[in-house]
Amino acid sequence: MINLIYITVLLPLIGFLINGLFGRKIKNAFPGSSGEKIIGTIGSATVGISFLIVVGAFFQTISLPVEQRSNTVELFTWLSVGGLNVKFAYLVDQLSLTMALIVTGVGFLIHVYSIGYMHGDKSFWRFFAYLNLFIFAMMNLILGDNFIVLFLGWEGVGLCSYLLIGFWYDRNFEKGTTSQAAKKAFVVNRIGDFGFLLGMFLIYQTFDSLNFTEVLSKAATFPVAEATFGLIAIFLFIGAIGKSAQIPLFVWLPDAMAGPTPVSALIHAATMVTAGVYMVSRTSIIFASAPAVMMIVAVVGLLTAIMAASIGLVQNDIKKVLAYSTVSQLGYMFLAAGMGAFSASIFHVMTHAFFKALLFLAAGSVIHGMHEEQNIQKYGGLKKYMPRTYLTFFIATLAIAGVPGLSGFFSKDEILWYSYANGSFIFWLIGMLTAMMTAFYMFRLLSLTFYGKERFDHHHVHPHESPSVMTVPLIVLAFFSLVGGYVGLPKVFVGESGNLIDSWLKPIYAPAMNKLALYGSHSHFEEILLMAASVALALSAIYFALHVYTKKPEIAENLSVKFKGLYNLLLNKYFIDEAYEAAVVQPIQKGSEKLLWKVADVVLIDGAVNGLAKLIDKFSAGIRKIQTGATHAYAVMMLTGIALALLWLILSL
Amino acid sequence: MSNVPMEYYLILSAFMFCVGVAGVLIRRNAIVVFMCIELMLNSANLTLVTFSSYLGNSIGQVFVFFVMTVAAAEAAVGLAIIIAMFRNKMTVNIDEINIFKW
Amino acid sequence: MINSEILTYLLLTPIISSILVLLFKNEQAKLIRWFGVAASLIAFVISLVAYTQFDQANPLFQLTHQVVWIKSLNVSYFVGVDGISMLLILLTTFLTPLTLLSTWNAIEKNLRMFTFSMLLLEAGMLGVFMSLDLFLFYIFWEAMLIPMYFIIGIWGGERRIYASIKFFIFTMFGSLLMLVAIIWLAVYASSITGFFTTNLLDLYKVGPTVPHQIQAWMFGAFFLSFAIKVPLFPLHTWLPDAHVEAPTAGSVILAGVLLKMGTYGLVRFCLPLFPQSSVEYAPIISVFAVIGIIYGALVSMVQTDMKKLVAYSSVSHLGFVVLGIFAMTIESVQGAVIQMVNHGLSTGALFLLVGIAYERTHRRDIAFYGGIAKLVPVYSVALMIAVLSSVGLPGLNGFVGEFLILLGSYKSNVLGSVWFTVFAATGVIFAAVYLLWMYQRVVFGKVTNHELEHELTDMNKREILFLAPIFLFIVWIGVYPSTFLNMTEVSVQTILQQVSAIFFVNALHRNWCWYCFICYNRN
Repeated sequence: MINLIYITVLLPLIGFLINGLFGRKIKNAFPGSSGEKIIGTIGSATVGISFLIVVGAFFQTISLPVEQRSNTVELFTWLSVGGLNVKFAYLVDQLSLTMALIVTGVGFLIHVYSIGYMHGDKSFWRFFAYLNLFIFAMMNLILGDNFIVLFLGWEGVGLCSYLLIGFWYDRNFEKGTTSQAAKKAFVVNRIGDFGFLLGMFLIYQTFDSLNFTEVLSKAATFPVAEATFGLIAIFLFIGAIGKSAQIPLFVWLPDAMAGPTPVSALIHAATMVTAGVYMVSRTSIIFASAPAVMMIVAVVGLLTAIMAASIGLVQNDIKKVLAYSTVSQLGYMFLAAGMGAFSASIFHVMTHAFFKALLFLAAGSVIHGMHEEQNIQKYGGLKKYMPRTYLTFFIATLAIAGVPGLSGFFSKDEILWYSYANGSFIFWLIGMLTAMMTAFYMFRLLSLTFYGKERFDHHHVHPHESPSVMTVPLIVLAFFSLVGGYVGLPKVFVGESGNLIDSWLKPIYAPAMNKLALYGSHSHFEEILLMAASVALALSAIYFALHVYTKKPEIAENLSVKFKGLYNLLLNKYFIDEAYEAAVVQPIQKGSEKLLWKVADVVLIDGAVNGLAKLIDKFSAGIRKIQTGATHAYAVMMLTGIALALLWLILSL
Repeated sequence: MSNVPMEYYLILSAFMFCVGVAGVLIRRNAIVVFMCIELMLNSANLTLVTFSSYLGNSIGQVFVFFVMTVAAAEAAVGLAIIIAMFRNKMTVNIDEINIFKW
Repeated sequence: MINSEILTYLLLTPIISSILVLLFKNEQAKLIRWFGVAASLIAFVISLVAYTQFDQANPLFQLTHQVVWIKSLNVSYFVGVDGISMLLILLTTFLTPLTLLSTWNAIEKNLRMFTFSMLLLEAGMLGVFMSLDLFLFYIFWEAMLIPMYFIIGIWGGERRIYASIKFFIFTMFGSLLMLVAIIWLAVYASSITGFFTTNLLDLYKVGPTVPHQIQAWMFGAFFLSFAIKVPLFPLHTWLPDAHVEAPTAGSVILAGVLLKMGTYGLVRFCLPLFPQSSVEYAPIISVFAVIGIIYGALVSMVQTDMKKLVAYSSVSHLGFVVLGIFAMTIESVQGAVIQMVNHGLSTGALFLLVGIAYERTHRRDIAFYGGIAKLVPVYSVALMIAVLSSVGLPGLNGFVGEFLILLGSYKSNVLGSVWFTVFAATGVIFAAVYLLWMYQRVVFGKVTNHELEHELTDMNKREILFLAPIFLFIVWIGVYPSTFLNMTEVSVQTILQQVSAIFFVNALHRNWCWYCFICYNRN
C-alpha cells in the first residue's frame, strides 16, 4: 500500500479532471438531481478510495519496525539543474500519514456533506471539481518529500482556497464582494510564500539540497551557525504565518468565510490552515536549532490565540465566530510548536480537525435550515427544530471548550502543560485565559443559536433539519470528537508509552528533541494541579456563558454599553483591516498610480525621451530656415564654399 | 597658334567662367541662367584644350568630348525641366520657383 | 539523413512564402490566411526536423552552414544553433502560426501586406537566433524592425504612428551603438589574428582579451542595444505604447519573441564576448533588473487598460530574466532561458485573450468589463490559466523559471548579495496582486454592463484551437520541465565556463561591495 501512495494523490486529480471537464455535460445529460448524484459520487469516491489506501498504508507502516517507517516513493525527476535535483517523490512516514489520514478522512466526510449542502447550486460540478483539486494539492503538500513538492501543494491549496472563497463570484460579502475576499486571501498568502521561498533559497545555499531527508539529517549534524538556522526558521515561519493565519497575516481567514460553508470546514478549519503547523513540525530540527525563533513562534502563537479569542467574544456572524476560533486554535498549535511540543501541536491539529470541521458543518446545517441567515442574533431556540444538528454541535462545543473526556481537552491540556513546563507561568496563564474565552464564546454561540427565545421571523423562516446526507457526516465527526482524544492521553496518567500519538510521532522529532533537551523537573502534582485549575476555569466560563445568554441576556447588553469602547474595538477586530488598508494598501496603490506611473513613467522617463525628440525638432526648425528655396542663395553659398575651400588649399600649400 | 601665349587662353577662359558665374547668380531668367551654365562648361573646355595642346597630350581633348556630350544631355534635360516649369507656372523667372523651400 | 542546410531551409521558408503572398490579391482573403498559416506551419515542421537532428549533449554549435559572403571582410553567411537558440527558434516557429490564426477577424485592411510582414518578421527573428556571424546578426536584427514597424504603424490602434516611431527610434538608437561596437571589435580582432572577421566563433576567442577599458565600452554598446530591446528599466517606455497600439498578433510576437531577442543577445554575446565587463557590471545591471521587477509590477497594478497592464507585466517578468542572466549561476541562467519561453507562452496567451475580448467589444478598459464569468465560462477559464501561469503558480510554467532564477541568484557569487533576490521575490507577491485584481474586476462580480450581454460571445473553435497548444506547453513546462532544461543545460554550461574562467581573477578587482547582514556566510 505504501508504494501505491501516489494513487491517493492521483485519484482526486482524476476526479477534478472528470468533473472539471465534463461536469457541465454530465449535469445537462442527466437532468434533475441524478446528475448531481453522479458528480457528487465521483467527487466523494475518489477521496474515499484515497482514504482507504492511506489507511492501508498506515497499517502497513505501523506493522514495520520503527526504523523502517519512513519510506519514499519516487515518481519522476521534476527539476534538475546544476546541483539541484528535485524529484517528484512522496515521503510516507508517521507525520505525513497522520496528516493524510486527517485530510482524506475529514475530506471525504465533507465531500459527502457537500452533496446535500450544495444541492441545487447551478455550479454544483464546479464545486466538486475545486474540492477534488484541493485534496490533490493538499496531498502533495503533506506527502511531498522535498520543499518544492511541498511548495507546489502549498500554492495549490492557496489557489483552491482562492477559487472556493470566490465560488459564488456574483455575491456580495460584507463591504465588498466574495472575489475581493478571495483575492485578499491569495495575496496575503503570497506574502507568506515570499518568506517561504527565501527560506528555501537559504536552505539550498546552506545544505545544497531541498530534499527533506537530506536537509534534515544535515541540519542535525552539520556545523551551521545558529544565526543561519535562525534566518531559515524565520523565513519558513513567515510562510507558516501566512498560510496558518497568525499575527500579522491572519486578516484573510475571517474574510475567507465568504466561501460556501463546507469549504470553510475543509480548507479554512480542518486542513489547509494547519499546513503551516505541519511545515514547522516537518522542519522541527531547524526550528529546534534556533531557540530564539522558537520563542518567537510561541509568542506569536500565544498572542494570536488570545487576540482572536477576544474578537470571537462579540462577533454575531456564526461563521465569523468560528473563523476567529480557528485563528485562535491555530495560535495554540504554534504555541505548542514553539514550546518544542511538536507532537502536541500535531495532536491538536487532529482533534481540531474533528471538532472544528464538525462545528462548521453543523453551522452550515443551521445556515441551510435558516435560509442562508448567518446572524446569531436572529437565531434562538433551534434545538427542537434541528435535534441532530444540535446534538453534534453540542458535542463539538464541549470538545473545543476543553471539557474533560472529550478530544479537545486532551490536546489543549497537553499544550498548556508544555507551555508551563518548557515555557513559563505567564505562557500558561495567557493560554488558560484564551481557553476560558474559548469556552465562553462557544457557549455563547451555542446558547444564542439553540437555546432561549426564538428570535427569527416565523413568517419567512421555517427552520428544518438537514437531510441525512448532511447529518451522517456530522454524526461520524461527532464520534471522533468524542473519542479522538484517547490516542493522546496525558502521560501523567498513562505513563511514557501510553500516549499513543506521541510515541508514534516520536521518531520524527527525535533529532529536534536531542537538540532541545528540555524538560525541567516538574512534579506530577504540578501537572494535575494545573489541569484541575484549567478544568475549573473552563467550566466556570461555560456556566457564565449559559447563565448570561439563556437566562439574563440583559447582562451582556449592559456590559456592552458600559464598556462601549472595548466592545467596539473587539467588534471591529481591533481595526486591523482598516489599519492595513490605510498603512499598506492605499500608499502602495496611490504611490504606484500617482508617483510611479503618472510621474516617473510618463513625466520623467517618457518626458526625457520625448523632450529629446522635441529638442532636436526645435533645433532643426531653427536651421531649416537656411533653406530659403531661392536657387540663387544656394548657388552663392556653394560658390562661397568653393572659394573658401580653394583659399584654404592655396594657403596650405 | 603657337605665337599666342597660353596665358591668353587661360585668361579668356577665366573671364568666360566669371561671366557665367555672374550670369547664374544675377540673372532671373531661367533660360539665361541655363545659357550661363553652358558658358561655364565651355570655359572649362577651353582650358582643357589649351592644356592639351600645350602639353602635347590628347587626354584633355578626349575629355572635352565627354564634357560636350554631357552638356548636350544636360541641355536636353535642363530645357525639358524649364519647359515643364513654364507649363506649371507660366513663367521662367526663377524667383517664382521656390518649391524647394521648407 | 538531412543535410546541414536545414537551418537555411528554415530561414528561406518564410522569406519565399512572404514573396509568394504578394502574388495573391487582397480580395482572396481566405486563401491568404490559409496560405500564411500553412507557410508558418511548414516552418514549424522544419524546425521540428531540425530539433530531431539536434544533439543536446553537444556543447558546440550544430547544424552549421557557412557560405562566404563578402570575402575581403571575411564576412560569411554562417548559421548554426546551440540549445538556447534551438529552443527560441522552436518558440518562434510555434508562435507564428498561432498568431496568424488569431488574426482571422482582426485584420481586414490590406491583408496581403500584413501576412507578408508577419512572414518576413518570422524570417528576421529566426535569422537573429541562428546567426553566428555578427554582421549577419546585425542585418537580421535591423531587418526585423521594418515589418514590425509596419505592423504597428498600419494595423495598429489610434496612436499607432507615435507608437511605431517611438519603437523604431528607441531600438535603432541602441542598435547603432552596437554596430559601432561590432566594427570596433572586428577591427580589434584584425590586430590580433591578423585578419578582419565578424565570425562569432573567432570573436569568442578575441573578446575576452580586449583590454579592460575598451571592453567596458564595447560591452556598454552591446548591452544598451539589448537592454532597450528587453526592455530593461528605465529604457522600457516604448513597450507599453507599442503593445497597446499594436494589433493582437503584433503584441503576441512582440512579447513572445521580439523581447527575447534582447535577453538572447545578452546570453549569446554580452556574457561570452565580454566576460570581465559582464561580471563587473552585473550588480549594477541587476539593480536595474530588480527595480524593473518591482516597478513594472506596481505600475501594472494601477493600469486601467488591460493591454497596458499586460505590457507592464512584461517589464516585470523580463526583469527576472535579466537578473537570472547576470547572476551567472547554472540555476539562474537555466531559469532565465526557460523563463524566456514561459513569458512568451503566458504573456502571449494573455495578449491573445485580451485580443479575443477586444475583437468582440472593441474595448480594453477594465472598468467596462465585469462579471463575465457567467457570460463566457470557457473564456474565463482560459484567462484564469493564463493569469496563473503568469503569476508563477507551481505546476504551471511560470514557477519553474522564477524559482530557478531566484534560487540561482540567491547563491550567486557574481552578485555578491542576497538583497537582489529578496527584493526580486517581492515581485512574486505583486504579480499576484495585479493579475488577480485585474481578473477579479473583469471576470467576477455581477454583470454590470449590459452591452456585454449581447456583444460578448464565448470562444469559438478556432480560438480554442490556437490557445490549446499554448496551454499544453504551459502545463508541460510546469510538470515536466526536464524536456526543455536538458535541451539548454550543456549550452548554458559552456557559456558560464567562458565567464567563470575570468571571474576569479576579476572578483578581486571589484573595488566596491554590497555590504549586508548576510555577508558572513559568504566567505
